[in-house]
Amino acid sequence: MLAFNFDYYLPDTVQEAIDIYDSVRQEGKKPYYYGGGTEIISMGRVFNVIPDAVIDIKKIPECCGIGTDGKQLIFGSAVTLSSIYESGLFPLLGLAAGRIADHTIQCKLTLGGNLAGTIQYHETLLPLMLSESTIFIASPDGMRQAPIRDVLTSGKRLAPGELIIKVSLDAKFASLPYAHIKKSKTEKIGYPLVSLSALHSDGNLCLAASGLCEHPFRFNDIQIDNGQSAYEIVQQLQQGIPAPVLDDMEGSSRYRIFIFQRTAENIIREFREHKGKSDA
Amino acid sequence: MLKLSGKSVIQLNINNNLYEVAVRPSDILVDVLRRQLGLTGTKIGCENGDCGACTILVDGWPTKSCLMLAVEAIGHTITTIEGLTGTAVQKAFVQHNAFQCGYCTPGFIIVCASLLKHHPNPDDYTIESWLQSNLCRCTSYQEIKKAIEACFDQTLAITEPI
Repeated sequence: MLAFNFDYYLPDTVQEAIDIYDSVRQEGKKPYYYGGGTEIISMGRVFNVIPDAVIDIKKIPECCGIGTDGKQLIFGSAVTLSSIYESGLFPLLGLAAGRIADHTIQCKLTLGGNLAGTIQYHETLLPLMLSESTIFIASPDGMRQAPIRDVLTSGKRLAPGELIIKVSLDAKFASLPYAHIKKSKTEKIGYPLVSLSALHSDGNLCLAASGLCEHPFRFNDIQIDNGQSAYEIVQQLQQGIPAPVLDDMEGSSRYRIFIFQRTAENIIREFREHKGKSDA
Repeated sequence: MLKLSGKSVIQLNINNNLYEVAVRPSDILVDVLRRQLGLTGTKIGCENGDCGACTILVDGWPTKSCLMLAVEAIGHTITTIEGLTGTAVQKAFVQHNAFQCGYCTPGFIIVCASLLKHHPNPDDYTIESWLQSNLCRCTSYQEIKKAIEACFDQTLAITEPI
């Protein structure tokens, strides 16, 4: 039960959603865009979030699209994580989405919610960074598109009133060898000690991480077919970690580094031996 | 565009029956199912999306009704455990003793029915992925898995009474 009231809006268009947000805000109230709603409801129960209005975006066609024209893959912000997995359009994104929370939650949790929510891991961002995705954002100032790395990485957040509409990426990334491995403290379901997404492109390892630092990030691409050992390559990668490694009750920084090293080495060996997918 | 403010009467399609209920926009679906409609087969556990006891089907997909507003269900097809009475999955749970105290059972049956509908012959990875959404404190997991395996390839009988 939520012990407070709010207004519920179900707009049909992006413009309606933006206008509602703007008008509610101008009344001095607090509106929230509402996709899957799992975070708003669970945080609302403990009064960490108390919206005056929720704007449900699940009826906006642009936010619900998922598909391809052969060259580009499109994922709407209101598309659920399970839909992404079941679609098989971008297997790496499907694997990353399939390791967030649990399967039933994935049937409710949306791509936009995972990208824009307050939980810091944003694991769907990893494949989208590696695939140089473009993000489309609506705001009272109009629609804009930008590389996702310029909008959501390094802890950058959306401005108030901005709404993620969709992401798009070149379909070529969906056919590259890939791996996604998430290691959590105890069970399969849980926040990551380390989540790594990887693509193998032209002999290069393209790697992105969540759980290692405060925000997800992408490593500089590194050649892995040059005779160096996996250990040596990982040592080089480690030099490129851009921020202090998390050190908290989920795992010490030394433990996270240890997990990162072993996991990255396994991915490199997997790419060298099988050139195929991996998930654990 | 739909706007709901304060208490409103909405129509919900649950187990192929249409119900009119008066709800606030912030009312949670599991509370409406149990307290207003008497569909108490859907259980309340953690109320935080962790345990899966409150799982229902929304358009055939499992959803934790403690993490869904009642107003979100407008226009969708809801199936609760009462809607799976007499189905192959329910019978398989009985035949394989796939429960002990039974509190988690409705949620498990709902997830299994959806799993088998979408993946009639699931591999172990898929079964494990789907079933990790639900907790059984009595640890009947192996029996639950056997009940699922007994229903392989019975797609048509999963959600229809037999």
